Amino acid sequence: MEQEMVLKNENSLSSSLKQMLLKLTPSIKKDGIIKSLKNTGITLLSILMFIGLWQMGSKALYNKEADYRIEKALTERGEEAAAAERACIESGDSSCQPNTLPSPSQVWASLQSLIADHNLIGAKKNAFAKKMAATNEKMIAEGKDPIVYTGRASFVDIVLTSIKTVFAGFLLAMFIAVPIGIIIGLSPSLRSAFNWFIQIFKPVSPVVWYLLVFMIVKTLYIGDSSDNAFVISFISVGLCAMWATLVNTAMGVASVDKDYINVAKVLKLGTFQKVFKVILPSSLPLIFTGLRITLSVAWMVLIAIELLAQSQGLGLFVWEEFQNGANDSNSKIIVAMFVIGIIGFLLDRLMLAVQNMVSFNKNEMA
Amino acid sequence: MNTTQQSNEVYSENGIVYPDNVMLDLSNLKKVYPTPKGDYVVLEDLNLQILKEEFVTIIGHSGCGKTTMLSMIAGLNPISGGNISVLGNPVKGPGPDRGVIFQSPSLMPWMTALQNVLLGVNQVFPHATKGQRQDIAKYYLHKVGLENAFHKKASELSQGMQQRVGIARAFAIKPKVLLLDEPFGMLDSLTRGELQDILIEIWNKEKITAVMITHDVDEAIFLADRVVMMTSGPSAKIGDILSIDFERPRTRKSVLENDDYYTYRKHLIDFLEH
Ligand SMILES: Nc1ncnc2c1ncn2[C@@H]1O[C@H](COP(=O)(O)OP(=O)(O)O)[C@@H](O)[C@H]1O
Ligand SMILES: [Mg+2]
Repeated sequence: MEQEMVLKNENSLSSSLKQMLLKLTPSIKKDGIIKSLKNTGITLLSILMFIGLWQMGSKALYNKEADYRIEKALTERGEEAAAAERACIESGDSSCQPNTLPSPSQVWASLQSLIADHNLIGAKKNAFAKKMAATNEKMIAEGKDPIVYTGRASFVDIVLTSIKTVFAGFLLAMFIAVPIGIIIGLSPSLRSAFNWFIQIFKPVSPVVWYLLVFMIVKTLYIGDSSDNAFVISFISVGLCAMWATLVNTAMGVASVDKDYINVAKVLKLGTFQKVFKVILPSSLPLIFTGLRITLSVAWMVLIAIELLAQSQGLGLFVWEEFQNGANDSNSKIIVAMFVIGIIGFLLDRLMLAVQNMVSFNKNEMA
Repeated sequence: MNTTQQSNEVYSENGIVYPDNVMLDLSNLKKVYPTPKGDYVVLEDLNLQILKEEFVTIIGHSGCGKTTMLSMIAGLNPISGGNISVLGNPVKGPGPDRGVIFQSPSLMPWMTALQNVLLGVNQVFPHATKGQRQDIAKYYLHKVGLENAFHKKASELSQGMQQRVGIARAFAIKPKVLLLDEPFGMLDSLTRGELQDILIEIWNKEKITAVMITHDVDEAIFLADRVVMMTSGPSAKIGDILSIDFERPRTRKSVLENDDYYTYRKHLIDFLEH
């Protein structure tokens, strides 16, 4: 609970800090432009520095492993073998490349090849669809399922699967946590009754949630050959991530300003009116703070859960590339890492925008 | 105070005889707050009768129990002993027959000024048409000078404007009694004067029995028919009552020019300083 509150305070803190900065700098537009140019400059510089450090680090690691291989060839198989090994490494032949942290350029190349691969698969899909068009039409007419393309998924498909899973999990979390949060927020006795439940299940690890969901869903799907990996992963993600929303909703509802409650009492508002006209609107900001945390937790645990559930998303992609150990596997893993980070960042921005839309105390904060 | 004895008497639902011009009756009122260090008796043996169409202001030292008393009349705070009745009927809980204007405007910040007033109007006049309810809400917003701010969000209004909406909301539900707890305490003196004028202008028209707590002696005299002085706690009660015999409608200027004004003022300040 404290963690969530801190997050909220952070927001108001940073916004009041912004206000202060705005007051300090005389609001001349030119200054603003110069300042944003300066900020962009600093960001660019830090990105360059990051890439530079990464380049140096990967070079050092590469050299270390290369030296070790040559050294090993020397001690185990003699001078000639060592020279052959060195020649092989220097030639860039993929069979003897050190397998370590890839360099920025290798990662860039992997990204290009993943996109090219996506385009290739897209073309294949189109060709397949064209070829099957007539057959499928007939099959649909006969009331049978059409034949669909079942080839390998492209990187973009994989990313989309992950996003789909995370949104399904997020919606599940929202539909469970918000109503329950409202109910236990309204009643102090239910709140204390539910408290142990929340305290016990909140810290449970994603892996355990996955196992629990797996046990249940597996049985429910008995005799059904369809793929349940997606179902298992989104339910696990939802259950893992819903706690912040549950706790924040309950807290928001329980801590509605006493003045508002008094107004509702004086006007003798009915329960329905009281909940929908007073309590819910006033707890919306806290509920959305909770939902924002839920979405970021969902995205974070997604990778581990997809891996376990063998769901065709980024989690499984990373794991398979690691197991695969091909020459460009490591750089593909790093590509996935950046994609995961950037999508996580964008999701958070999205929620922040929604959160700012529903917060009504903008004036009071300033 | 003796005016009550001249009027006719009526029986109320609990069989007690009340003079029929009494709106609000507090008898032997007691309030005890349980605290970790034992019970704290805030009010004891408090007796006060407020007449129909009377405007009473209440002054007393901070912490003596004014808010406690007002919230018990509103039905928001349980009574520990004694009775409170409105037109002879004991108060059982909060209700729209006793409108409250709180110290902070307590508007719903996510609603517009109009929606805030409508929240109460819709509740009190469920059988009126939508148009009629809108008209009532708009009428009172007009009265408090907010005809151009119907659709402004409450959070976008200044403190003074918010309290204007609070006044409109309270009058629009046509309560029998209006309870005001230092409603202008948080405003600067210029805005406070404006709002006093608005309040008394509407009140002159509607004559709703009003009980208002204030810590401002001039405000207490300007608005009231009687100023009730409470003793300091614990076990606070009514210490003294001062009748203000100025003509109504009053203007600030006529009040200040009246010689009695300074006598009244001295009376109140002497009470507060002892
Ligand atoms: N809920 C409460 N529990 C315990 N003591 C309270 C409570 N509310 C008020 N008091 C105490 O009762 C006394 C009267 O409070 P209040 O009615 O707010 O005074 P006033 O409005 O005259 O300033 C104060 O000493 C205050 O500390
Ligand atoms: Mg008070």
